[in-house]
Amino acid sequence: MENKKSILFAIIAIVIFIALFTLVEMGLLSRQYMGLLVPICVNIILAVSLNLIVGFLGELSLGHAGFMSIGAYAGCLFTVYANLPPFIEIPLALIIGGLVAALFGFIIGIPALRLRGDYLAIVTLGFGEIVRSVLNSLKIVGGSGGLKGINSGMHKSDYYIVAYIVVIITILVISNFINSRHGRAVKAIRDNVIAAESVGINVVYYKILGFVIAAFFAGMAGVLYGHNIGILKPATFDFNKSIEILVMVIMGSMGNIPGSIIAAIILTVLPEALRFLQDYRMLIYAVALILIMLFSSNPTLIEFRKKIFGKKEKGGK
Amino acid sequence: MALLDVKELGISFGGLRAVDNFNLKIEEGQLYGLIGPNGAGKTTIFNLLTGVYKPTDGSFNFNGKEMAGSSPMAINKSGIARTFQNIRLFDNMSVIENVMVGLHNQSNVSLAESILRLPKFKKGEVEMREKAFNLLKIFDLDKDADSLASNLPYGKQRKLEIARALATNPKLLLLDEPAAGMNPNETAELMNTIALIRDKFKIAILLIEHDMSLVMGICERIVVVEYGRVICDDIPEVVRNNPKVISAYLGE
Repeated sequence: MENKKSILFAIIAIVIFIALFTLVEMGLLSRQYMGLLVPICVNIILAVSLNLIVGFLGELSLGHAGFMSIGAYAGCLFTVYANLPPFIEIPLALIIGGLVAALFGFIIGIPALRLRGDYLAIVTLGFGEIVRSVLNSLKIVGGSGGLKGINSGMHKSDYYIVAYIVVIITILVISNFINSRHGRAVKAIRDNVIAAESVGINVVYYKILGFVIAAFFAGMAGVLYGHNIGILKPATFDFNKSIEILVMVIMGSMGNIPGSIIAAIILTVLPEALRFLQDYRMLIYAVALILIMLFSSNPTLIEFRKKIFGKKEKGGK
Repeated sequence: MALLDVKELGISFGGLRAVDNFNLKIEEGQLYGLIGPNGAGKTTIFNLLTGVYKPTDGSFNFNGKEMAGSSPMAINKSGIARTFQNIRLFDNMSVIENVMVGLHNQSNVSLAESILRLPKFKKGEVEMREKAFNLLKIFDLDKDADSLASNLPYGKQRKLEIARALATNPKLLLLDEPAAGMNPNETAELMNTIALIRDKFKIAILLIEHDMSLVMGICERIVVVEYGRVICDDIPEVVRNNPKVISAYLGE
């Protein structure tokens, strides 16, 4: 069972990669969609990592863009000042970005021990805004003008390969984590803290661990984002970005990793695909969001969906 | 020396003295009953013994270690497990996963081994599942292993809580009204199971129960509390005829 799933995942991952690779190399993708490849990967990483906090740990975090920006600035500063061949520089930048973000994940994990629900949401929201304000006024990272000249020497059109690899690593690490005794401890804390403590689960450790892992990957997503765009502006990582990621998680249904991936892809492509509607774009986008929400959470529509796809209700996640 | 030795344990919530001067000695393998009218402080005693509340005075010694004021996690690790009066399962996890969470501290598969899916992880996971399955069998829950815990009927949820508590490999099991909401047949069956697990796992059990005849039937000793104070602590025959106990339950 477990083995079959792993093989299936490997096959899907390779097939998608080959398909992407041929599409790109043969020039079949329009420039518009070429430009979307890395943002899709970045959003998948963000959605899957936020799902760890929101869906599995059961804590509402509105500061995911904060982790992303910290990682982005840390990793990109490294690239700006270091002068190494790209195949060493990019992985190092990713790891540095991830680790610095993870450190902040640890710091944010501490109030999460005492606060729940709305109160924690306010703290994480504040965290995201503080990070943005600090970056805005910090001269060494370019302030509000942005951090410029992020160039690792790699060809711009090859970043999607790096991004794709990071996506695969993120999905593997987070789903392996969830499907282990450690992940079960995290889910137990979500379902009932008092019961989890009563069977000897270390609540402090697992709550902080959840935040650290999620922040690590959000940081890596930030590094990818920065390298792809070539410039980092604090304004990108505002509250709206955090909400955008949260919408992906909720739309893909909480605690569901494939759901987060699909939602991240749809929500990244949709605004671009709707460009032909011009002025009506945001209107249709909003309607599409509501429809997808209904389709993924309305009981009658879930029944309807099950009839079509013949999916059976499964126990556990 | 007794397995659990409670000395003058007490807690106040503001001006309310919920438990006062509570003393209790439980020997290894003993089946002890804790009874009393509604609001007497039975569940509060459980919460004190499992670290949910910190006692305002007194102390208790478990298995040779002073445990008063320790965290619920530390107390569970020292060998006290419990169930809850208002069922607290991990609702969105499967039945077998609930028990596997109970087995958490008996596995030493590290985080890195889990993430990298090393052979030790697979071996650990198979062993854990097997152990959990065997526990479910005792409570006749093996057929429901993969259904969601919240989808179980009430009686089975109570049994699952006991199975989960047992999974932590305790020396003392605290059961808070395990038969609440069950019909007489189910209750009788559950009491048999409780006596059986006591013998099989060689553990001591402290049991809160309202059904007097059942408590009298299976417990070796019974402690009766009223208004947070012990009014009687003896063998069932004596408790049954104690005038204080009779008046606490039936009135003067």
